[in-house]
Amino acid sequence: METLLSILRDLHPDVDFETCTTLIDDKILDSFDIITIISEIDSEFDVAIPADEIIPENFNSAKALYALIERLEDE
Amino acid sequence: MSFISFSFLAFFAVLFCLYYVIPRRFQWMLLLLGSYVFYLFGGVQYIGYILVTTLSTYLLARRLGTLHASQDAYLAAHKKELDREAKKAYKAGVKRRMWKWLLLGLFLNFGILAVIKYLDFGIQNLNAILGLFGAGQLGLFRFALPLGISFYTFQSMGYLIDVYRGKTQAEKNLGKFALFVSFFPQILQGPISRFDQLAPTLFAEHAFDSRNVSFGLQRMLWGFFKKVVIADRVAVAVQAIVTTRTDAGDPAYTGLFVLLGLVLYAIQIYGDFTGGIDITIGMAQMLGVKLPENFERPYFSKSIAEYWRRWHMTLGEWFKDYLFYPLSICRPMMKLANFSRRKFGDKIGKRVTVYISTLAVWFTTGLWHGAAWNFVVWGLLNGVIILISYELEPLYRRFHAKFHVEKHFAYRLFQVGRTFLLMGALRMLDVYHDVGLTFRMLGSIFTAPNFAALGDAALLEGLGLTAGDVAVVALGVVVMLAVSLAGRRGSVRVRLAARPFVLRYCLFFLLTLVILVFGAYGIGYNASDFIYSVF
Repeated sequence: METLLSILRDLHPDVDFETCTTLIDDKILDSFDIITIISEIDSEFDVAIPADEIIPENFNSAKALYALIERLEDE
Repeated sequence: MSFISFSFLAFFAVLFCLYYVIPRRFQWMLLLLGSYVFYLFGGVQYIGYILVTTLSTYLLARRLGTLHASQDAYLAAHKKELDREAKKAYKAGVKRRMWKWLLLGLFLNFGILAVIKYLDFGIQNLNAILGLFGAGQLGLFRFALPLGISFYTFQSMGYLIDVYRGKTQAEKNLGKFALFVSFFPQILQGPISRFDQLAPTLFAEHAFDSRNVSFGLQRMLWGFFKKVVIADRVAVAVQAIVTTRTDAGDPAYTGLFVLLGLVLYAIQIYGDFTGGIDITIGMAQMLGVKLPENFERPYFSKSIAEYWRRWHMTLGEWFKDYLFYPLSICRPMMKLANFSRRKFGDKIGKRVTVYISTLAVWFTTGLWHGAAWNFVVWGLLNGVIILISYELEPLYRRFHAKFHVEKHFAYRLFQVGRTFLLMGALRMLDVYHDVGLTFRMLGSIFTAPNFAALGDAALLEGLGLTAGDVAVVALGVVVMLAVSLAGRRGSVRVRLAARPFVLRYCLFFLLTLVILVFGAYGIGYNASDFIYSVF
C-alpha cells in the first residue's frame, strides 16, 4: 500500500490519498493521471490493469485501487 | 428530413400520437418503424450500410455473448479441479477467440467508414505525391456519405467492445438492437449512447407522462430558438467573412473582422450543435426515453482539456474509453514506457504513453470531424495545446499557490476568455477549410487589425445582417448566457415548473412566437442543415 500511496503522492502532493474516496468523482485524477498510475503499477507491482477495469469504483480511492491490484494478482 | 422542417414536425406529431395510443408493448416497434421511415426519407440508397452494421454487430455480439456464457459455465462446472493457472490459461484461450471476432467486427465496420469517408482523401494525398514525380493521377470514388454513419458506427462499435469486455449482455432481439442503432432523434448528430444506459429506457413501456412531455417540448423549443433564431442568423455573417473576396481575389474581410468571425462562429456552432442536441434530447424525453447529456456549459471552461470534457461529451467519452485507455495501456505501450524509463529516466518514461496516445486520439478526432487536412491539423493542435497545458501544470500550481488568484472572479474570467478565444481560433480551421489561409487570417488580427475597416459601410452591409438581426443575436446571446448561468444551480425547467401557470405559458408562447417570427420560419430565411449532421 505504501508503494501505491507514494505513486499517487508523486502525482498530486496536495491530496490526502489515505482518506479521499472521490478521486474520480471530484475530478482529482484525470485521464493522464490514470494512465500514469497504470504504467507505474505495471512497473512496480508487475500487474497489468486492463482497460475494462478503468471505472470510477476502482480509482476513486487508494484503497479501492489497492484492492484491484490484489484481485488482479490473484487472478 | 431535417429536424427543423415542417415535414419532420408532422412526422414526429403523428408518431408521438400513435406512440401513446397503441399498446405499450408495441412502442419500441413503432420507434423502430419510425426510425427506418426517417432514415429512408434521408435517402433509400443509404439503407444498405446501416443494415450491414446492424446485422454484423448483432451477430458478432451474440457470438461473443455465447463465448462469455460458455466460459462461465465451464469454469463453474470445473471449479474444483481447475487450479489458478489452469483457469488463467482457459480464460486466455477464450479471450483470444473473442478477440478475433471483435477484430472482425471492428475491421468490417470501421472499414466501411474508412472507405466511404476517407478513401478519396487518401487518393487525393497520393495524387499529390504522384504529381510531384509527374506520374498519372488516380480517379476518385466520390461516395455519398450515408446519414449519421460516423455516429451509428461509433455507437455500434462501442456496444461490441462492451460485450467483448463483458460489461454489457448481447441483445438477443434483433429488432431491439436495430432500434438502438437507428433511433431517429439521435442518429444524425448523437449523442453517442452506451447500450447499457440507453436500452432500459429505449425498450421500456412508457405511459403518457405530462411532465415528461411538457419538459421535452420546452427543451425542443429552446433548441429551435438556438438553432433557427441565433445560429442560422449568425451563419450568414460567418459565411460572408470567410468567403467574400476582393476583385483581386484576396479575402475581403481581414484583421478585426476575422476576430469578429471567430466570435460569431463560436455563437453559431454553439447554437447549432447544442440546439440540435436540445431538440434531440427533448424529442426523446417526449417519448419517455432518456438520452445522455452532451454539453455542460462548455464556454465556461477554464482550459482546453476542461472544454473537451464539457463539449460533445459523449464523443470525448467514447474516444477515452475505447481508444485512449486501451492504446495507452496496451502491452507494447507499457514496454515502451518501461524501456524509456530505463533509457531516458523517469520523467520521459512517464510521459511517453501520454504523448503518443494523446496525439493519436486527437489525430483520430480530427479525422472523425472530416476527411481533410484542416480537420487533422485542428485535431493535432488541440492535442498539442492539451500537452503544453499538461507540462505547464506544475508552473500554474506554483503560480496559484503564490498569488492565490485561482478563486478571484477576474482571474477566472481571464481563464474562460482565454479558452474561448483559443478554441475559437482553432475552430477557424473548420470554417476556412484551408490551413494556410486560416493562419494568415488569424495572423492578420495582430499584423493588420485595421480598425478603420470596422466603420466601412460596404463591408458592414456585406455581412448580410440588418440592425434588427444584430439586436436579435445580441439579445439571444444574453438570454443563452443567462439560461446557462441559471443552469449552474440546477434544472431551469424544474424551477420554471414551480412558477405560476400563466407566467410559464406566456413565456412558452413568447418563445414560440420568437421562433416563428425571427427563426428560419420567418420571411427571408431558410433553415440550414445542422453542422454536425455531415460528420
